[in-house]
Amino acid sequence: MTTTAPADEATPSPASTRSLYRLSGITRRYTQGKRVVTALAGVELDIDEGDFVTIQGPTGGGKSTLLQVLGALDRPTSGEAWLGDTDLATSSSAHLGRVRAKEVGFVFQGFNLIPTLTAAENVDMGLEPLGMPRSERRARVAEALAHVGLADRADHRPGELSGGQQQRVAIARAIAKRPRVLLADEPTGNLDEATRDEVLTVLENLNGAGLTLIVVTHDSAVARRARRRLRLEHGLVRDITR
Amino acid sequence: MYWTYLRRELGGRTKQTVIVASGLAIAIALVIVVNSLSAGVRQAQEATLAAVYGVGTDLTVTGAAAAPGEGAPGRFDFSEGGGETGDDGTTTLAQSRLTVEPGRGTLDASVLDEVSSIDGVAAAAGALSLTDMTFSGELPQAPAQSAEGTGEPPARGGFGGGSFDVDSFSVLGIDPSAASVGPLSAVEVTEGRALAESDAGADVAVLDASYATSQGLAVGDTIDVAGTGMEIVGIVASSSSDADTAAQVYLPLDVAQGLAGTGEVLSTIYVQAEGAADIPAVQSALEAKLPDATVSSQSDLAAGISGSLASASSLITSLGTWLSILMLGVAVLMAVLFTISGVARRTREFGTLKAIGWSNRRVVGQVAGESLVQGLLGGAAGLVIGLATIWAINVASPTISTTPAAAQPGAGAGPAGDGAPGGFGMGGSGGPTFSSSATDVVLSAPLTVWVVVAAVGLAALAGLVAGAFGGWRAARLSPAEALRAIA
Repeated sequence: MTTTAPADEATPSPASTRSLYRLSGITRRYTQGKRVVTALAGVELDIDEGDFVTIQGPTGGGKSTLLQVLGALDRPTSGEAWLGDTDLATSSSAHLGRVRAKEVGFVFQGFNLIPTLTAAENVDMGLEPLGMPRSERRARVAEALAHVGLADRADHRPGELSGGQQQRVAIARAIAKRPRVLLADEPTGNLDEATRDEVLTVLENLNGAGLTLIVVTHDSAVARRARRRLRLEHGLVRDITR
Repeated sequence: MYWTYLRRELGGRTKQTVIVASGLAIAIALVIVVNSLSAGVRQAQEATLAAVYGVGTDLTVTGAAAAPGEGAPGRFDFSEGGGETGDDGTTTLAQSRLTVEPGRGTLDASVLDEVSSIDGVAAAAGALSLTDMTFSGELPQAPAQSAEGTGEPPARGGFGGGSFDVDSFSVLGIDPSAASVGPLSAVEVTEGRALAESDAGADVAVLDASYATSQGLAVGDTIDVAGTGMEIVGIVASSSSDADTAAQVYLPLDVAQGLAGTGEVLSTIYVQAEGAADIPAVQSALEAKLPDATVSSQSDLAAGISGSLASASSLITSLGTWLSILMLGVAVLMAVLFTISGVARRTREFGTLKAIGWSNRRVVGQVAGESLVQGLLGGAAGLVIGLATIWAINVASPTISTTPAAAQPGAGAGPAGDGAPGGFGMGGSGGPTFSSSATDVVLSAPLTVWVVVAAVGLAALAGLVAGAFGGWRAARLSPAEALRAIA
């Protein structure tokens, strides 16, 4: 196992101008009691800017772990992981926090909205770490909600919205900061078919506007709409795009 | 956004907010009330002490307590022909005696000079505490078969029908030329004048206002002390409306000594030190110079106050203080536990916030802010409850009785009467309680700004402590683990 010390400053990346992610020899091991679990066992992966990638695989196959490494939420046990110029493997927690704040948008299966806040306020929470003026934040919140078709639901609380609408609020929260990449973990897992298509349409539109999409999914219908399909099995990534 | 999020969170879990704030409110209210009552009791003690010892008295010197059987004679003796016998054979008896308070030791008057000569003593004045007792009554004609003239007590059940009254009042002989120190330094002359230097040797008296009112006496009247008529030249009242003065009747010292037949003795010397810093040294010097005397400081005197004031003081300082501390501890613990449990319940929320870029500091700030506001809400509620309770206490104005040490009836005082015919004995320990001894003091609960500031500060501190624990838990949450835990 290789461990590397955190570094606050990012060093120049070897990535090309089109490459957003470049992962090389990524491993991630956990200790569960006395057992060591290898979630990622030497992942090699390049993802270009503007791509729409889905990651499929069996439950417990490491999909969410890979998404967390890509989202600067977790550091690999060994290997190199670059997001643009940022070394995700060795940067400090504070630096990774800044990366998450500016460059990465997250969408979760369970929406993860704050139930006491309205849709607009939930979207605003994603802008909070950027420290921008209130007027600009308001404009961005309105723009993001309009983008997902929920401009008229800004004052509704999550409990007053349907599952699909809640997920669209979560997407609005993720895109309001104008990130470089949107990472979605089973974004349609809790939705029915019709709502799933609604959400996928929103995601496809965002990708069409140039946003890189990386979606972890069990749903083949979702995977089929991606430009690039990956399968993660036994800790290794395989490209299954045809 | 900070305040919106905070407000919505606290509003969203009203039950928890109310429980935590209520716990803190009760604790804070208790702290306020206990502090105010403590201040009220202190004021009552000061008022009582000032009334008895005067303003500016730092130390008192008293003679050693007399052993039982010593001290002033405690009996009335009527010699043959001591009363007037009427036509029906009934003998009317009346006798007034002025005696040193039972159980009280005395000091030779020369001790005053010794005290005055000690370094650090600014002023000293002596006083003699006495009790005037008047026995009056009627004895019916004795039955023929009684052992008349033999001195033997009558046979049990064979003689009766007499009626007796015993009236008493406290008398304080004071040096009229040294009124600036001692009991009369704290009084207000409400009528007439105070004793003056020229009153030495004169049969004049000054009366306590309460006593004068109860007896219907006024300036210009005469009061009988030990069979001598004293012209009342002034009426004095305590400067505190809550307490009576030290005695009921004040006489020039030399007159009091003469009437009591004690010679040149004093029962108490009131000492004023040159400065507060000199008090301990003066006390030590007095104790060294007068090993047989009792030297008491103000705090000793305060400790000597008995009655329900002492009980209230003891109750508030012991039970009240500990109850406040215990309640505050429980409230803080409750706030901490609720905050920690809240953080555990919000793992998903904080994990999400960290995932979207919130820094640890921002998350901790949020948790701490929520706890702080909860604490302040509790503090505000506690302030309202505390103020309402204090208001209720002040409106109710409960009175508590107090008995300063110097005015307590002595234990083990003069000899008990032997029941000889014509004699009347009084046991010291079972002796009367003088009206001036037990004083009813109105207990107030004064509120100071500092109590309010301290209460709000405590509430804020409790909130911060809870927030610190909760924030620490939130900071330790890894976003990946937090999200994995809920996946």
